[in-house]
Amino acid sequence: MVDKDVELFDCGHRACGGCGAALAARLALKGAGNNTIVVSSTGCMEVFSTPYPETAWKVPWIHSLFENASAVASGISASLKKQGRTEKVVIIAGDGATFDIGMLCISGAFERGHDFTYICYDNEAYMNTGIQRSGATPYDASTTTSPAGSHSFGNKRPKKDMPQILAAHGAPYVATASIAYPADLMQKIERAVNTKGPCYVQLHAPCCTGWGFEGDQTIAIAKLAIETGLWVNYEMVDGKVTKVKKVVRKPVEEYLSTQKRFRHLFKPKRQDAEIAAIQALADRNAEKFGIDIRIPKKE
Amino acid sequence: MFEITEGSHAVADAVRLCRPQVVAAYPITPQTHIVEALADMVANGRLDADYITVESEFSALSACLGASATGSRTYSATTSQGLALMFEVCFNVAGMRLPVVMSIANRALGAPLSIWNDQQDSIALRDSGWLQFYAEDNQEATDLHYIAYRVAEDPTVLLPAMVCFDGFILSHTYEPVEMLSQEDVDRFLPGFAPPERLDAADPISFGMYATPEYYLEFRYTTDKALKDARSVVEKAGKEFNAMFGRDYSAMVEGYRLDDAETAIVAMGSICGTVKDAIDEMRAEGKKVGLLKIRVFRPFPAEDIAKALAGTKRVAVLDKNISLGAKGAVALEVRDAVYGSGIPVLDYILGLGGRDVRKKDIREIVALAEKGSGDLFYGLRKEVL
Repeated sequence: MVDKDVELFDCGHRACGGCGAALAARLALKGAGNNTIVVSSTGCMEVFSTPYPETAWKVPWIHSLFENASAVASGISASLKKQGRTEKVVIIAGDGATFDIGMLCISGAFERGHDFTYICYDNEAYMNTGIQRSGATPYDASTTTSPAGSHSFGNKRPKKDMPQILAAHGAPYVATASIAYPADLMQKIERAVNTKGPCYVQLHAPCCTGWGFEGDQTIAIAKLAIETGLWVNYEMVDGKVTKVKKVVRKPVEEYLSTQKRFRHLFKPKRQDAEIAAIQALADRNAEKFGIDIRIPKKE
Repeated sequence: MFEITEGSHAVADAVRLCRPQVVAAYPITPQTHIVEALADMVANGRLDADYITVESEFSALSACLGASATGSRTYSATTSQGLALMFEVCFNVAGMRLPVVMSIANRALGAPLSIWNDQQDSIALRDSGWLQFYAEDNQEATDLHYIAYRVAEDPTVLLPAMVCFDGFILSHTYEPVEMLSQEDVDRFLPGFAPPERLDAADPISFGMYATPEYYLEFRYTTDKALKDARSVVEKAGKEFNAMFGRDYSAMVEGYRLDDAETAIVAMGSICGTVKDAIDEMRAEGKKVGLLKIRVFRPFPAEDIAKALAGTKRVAVLDKNISLGAKGAVALEVRDAVYGSGIPVLDYILGLGGRDVRKKDIREIVALAEKGSGDLFYGLRKEVL
């Protein structure tokens, strides 16, 4: 059993107050334990955790490039096997590195079946470079490269379904989790690192700076994503969904209205059609995963 | 023991004897015979390595980077477009001081697409921090792999190394090559034991980012290590010579250069043709010699200046072109002899597999004697 009181991602790093990604790393390492080698991609976390000569990582850690973390991890995994070593290999990479630029290396590494766990901290845009849209940016979110304007409601496409893509590669264990539910998150990471083969865990990690909310609201907003059905926490074993977090669903606008990136849907004028389109995405999630808890009406 | 063998197979066999623990490679012409041979060795228990069949060259070198940082001896091979795809990783491997060894079966770069030989691919990576060895024949191509591992992994060096040998001209040619025994190679090349590695028992961070307060010093340190590798090459070469009777201790090698008036400077397989042409010209009384550059990085400027002192002119054969400038070798040789007053004339030739024959060498010497240089040699004006 991993000692959950041990901090392997140390304090003193340079993340913003209320950073969801920093919390994701801290919880993920509690789940993985200290017999772990971490591979990071270039991005916010890499920058705020390792300004030479300081490091926040109390486990062996390596960063090479933006797009090659899973190829580096392939080499590490092969090397450990050859040397008869027992460390777990854990990638921690952002959504840009995962959904977009790292896709080639990820596909290759999952197809080859190396033993590693890929954790994507998903804050739904390129935050390190100044909040540009990625393949993980949700529908209608305003970013610096998908700005809302007189001719645009922001990002034109819904999120890419990475968990499904990696399940289709034959990943034995795929899960999504949220920093709003730490026990579930740690449990899923622990299960992933103890499953042989390439596993994928996608962590919802709100970014106060990029999404536009106060740093003390990170957990509340992460929770609202789950409660509105815009983020679903689930597990897939051998490609089949085995566990889903069920909720009594709230309307999506309770989530959208908390963040500056969706402000254009409410001001200067409420955009009913757009909000309805996002509600439809949540409804589709609810149907696909069966997340709704139905409360019987009182007679 | 001499074996008549294909260059690629001789190189693969040398790599096997170096006992790499992780091999990661992606097939590309004309490198394929090397990686096929290694895969066959792994499949038949002759090489105890984990062979990663990556989905791209970019991942090949990235996987080597991870494996090397974890403390395993690693190997890859590529050429041309594959090396270009590795560009970003090449700089990273060197900056992280990881002694990956990679064979380059030199090939032209597109566009236009060409599978044939020149040296544009590795020359384009000359700024990346890798040691670069260039082989004249398959014996040298084979032996330089032992030397490359020994030098790259030296605790004072810890830098990656490319062993460059001309695609097809060497890689697909059968020549007699003397192979070493496993015992011999084990005596020359000890196991890889890096001072630092990824290890849960002793956690350290690799590949952190450097602010302007530190970046310059990182670059200085890497440059210094590469320049200082020169003495390690010499030492390894001398030891190799003492053990096996072939001398690779010099960064450059002269051929009938002592009283030469015209010195040809070249790298790779073309040196064999040049030597034959020189023998013919010498027989006719022409004072011509060759300076072969075996180690292009670190660049042996002092050795070159010393070797070329006393010549009347230098003709550099460049199988590459720094477009918009000149051939890379000529530019650097000119820098090496700066102040000596010796004219350095550049000849861009043999690009994309164009044959270079003895008569071409003789013609270049004649051009150099007339002071005519800095040109593309052998242009077919009718297709321009």
